[in-house]
Amino acid sequence: MAITIKDVEHVASLARLSFNDGEKKKLATELNDILKYVEHINSLDTSAVEPLSHVIELSNVFRADGLRPSISREEALKNAPAATEKFFKVPKVINER
Amino acid sequence: MVTKRTTLDETRRALESGATTVEGVTSGFLETIEKGKRLNAFLSVFQRKAIERARDVDRKLAAGKAGRLAGMVIAVKDVICMKGERTTCGSKILENFVSLYDATAVARLQAEDAVIIGKTNMDEFAMGSSTENSAYGPVLNPVDESRVPGGSSGGSCVSVAAGMAHAALGTDTGGSIRQPASFCGIVGLKPTYGRVSRYGLVALASSFDQIGPFAGTVADAAAVLQVIAGHDELDSTSARVPVPDYNAALTKEIRGMHIGLPQEALGTGLDPEVRQAVEQTLDRLRGAGAVVEEITLPHSEYTISTYYILMTAEASSNLARFDGARYGERAPGVRDLAEMYTNSRTAGFGAETKRRIMLGTYVLSAGYYDAYYRKAQKVRRLIQDDFFRAFTKVDCILLPTSPTTAFRFGEKADDPLQMYLSDVYTVSANLAGVPAISVPCGVDGKGLPIGVQFVGKQFDEPTILKVADALGSL
Repeated sequence: MAITIKDVEHVASLARLSFNDGEKKKLATELNDILKYVEHINSLDTSAVEPLSHVIELSNVFRADGLRPSISREEALKNAPAATEKFFKVPKVINER
Repeated sequence: MVTKRTTLDETRRALESGATTVEGVTSGFLETIEKGKRLNAFLSVFQRKAIERARDVDRKLAAGKAGRLAGMVIAVKDVICMKGERTTCGSKILENFVSLYDATAVARLQAEDAVIIGKTNMDEFAMGSSTENSAYGPVLNPVDESRVPGGSSGGSCVSVAAGMAHAALGTDTGGSIRQPASFCGIVGLKPTYGRVSRYGLVALASSFDQIGPFAGTVADAAAVLQVIAGHDELDSTSARVPVPDYNAALTKEIRGMHIGLPQEALGTGLDPEVRQAVEQTLDRLRGAGAVVEEITLPHSEYTISTYYILMTAEASSNLARFDGARYGERAPGVRDLAEMYTNSRTAGFGAETKRRIMLGTYVLSAGYYDAYYRKAQKVRRLIQDDFFRAFTKVDCILLPTSPTTAFRFGEKADDPLQMYLSDVYTVSANLAGVPAISVPCGVDGKGLPIGVQFVGKQFDEPTILKVADALGSL
């Protein structure tokens, strides 16, 4: 199940990254090497094993649903690449045809 | 460049005798940072603010009102937030990001009057084992400047190893505290998952990440842990488990302690000199009355695979937040939203970060989720069970920290898989969520430090601190 250039392009579009042809070729090789190495976990029988998603015993953690101070709108916008007085500013989302 | 290191205890005595002040101690460290600039350990140095803080602490000491860490000077990895300071994560995409709040670990250190001296260099987003992946240039190993300091917390490690701070905070997702500590000859502790709050830590892989200390001695690492450990309501995954007195564990008495040696530990790929140092360590521990028992961790061979599937999956999700919209660099001249995301991420991330995002996105993508991600989560349980079973027989487990001593720059940079395999002894503690400490145990023929780790039961930091401390005086 080798990764092709087409697979690299598909995954890159999911990850919102772009690569030139040389990078795509290199990535395909590297990802194939890594996936070939990790393949051996499939030799383990895990049919009776529950997946482990959290390493310490924890169930739902609740807290009182009360009001408490948070950062101000002004502060929240401080690191924005572009902002108006109240909002993050981004390029047009929907293009006209 | 190896400068003399100072322990907190030495500084405390000098402060009590009036031989120095916290300001004097802080200026001394600032001078060492300046002299060691070429090591590239720091991304920000708080020249003025650290001195101001130090003067505050001096006033508190004079008034008899100083906190538990008064006199201690600490460096912080640049993935941990400090209000009003830059947090770059070693990445170009966060070059101008200024933190809006303090991480809980930093707030706790400051509340106990530690002086934070600066933020340290690191592999981009903590992805790497050599600190060659920083957008701000590599960090040099002070023992041999042609070699890597290890990673990803290379800057924090070097700040301590080169005498630029008493201690430093690093983060350990798969060995990023322990492996550099081993490469530079100092102490590095990864606490139990959930022992230290992750609030204010920029996430790499949320089910693995843990903040921990670097220090010159086990006692200093314990002093830092004492302050940063404990539940934090701002991190719901931080454990509600009482924090014991770590210093009280440092009795040097290890008679009758059962130390497990996994039969898989001294296998192929281990440098003969590292193996010899580990065997000599075992002899020293036996000589002090410890009982070394052979144990088995049968799924050891699957740790790297399991780790790199789960970690990259979590990383690809966590790094989705860097999109050029709310913070971080935005690529210029973009026409629409999709282009803003893609161009900002493509320009802002380095090669290793992109590689891991790609791998993580792939293993989570439709059709592969069960085969890779879900499968790896199951194997993770088998690996954790191996540890839990072993701990019914032994008090702690001994492992080499790294299969080799510090390697040269570029040696593994072109072969990601080889780089990943260098984490073979460290990732298991993160997979199982157990604590582990790396301490120096010798040097190889080239004079390069060798580290050994003790792995403990969940929340049993006292046992591994005790044995690590005892080893230092054997």
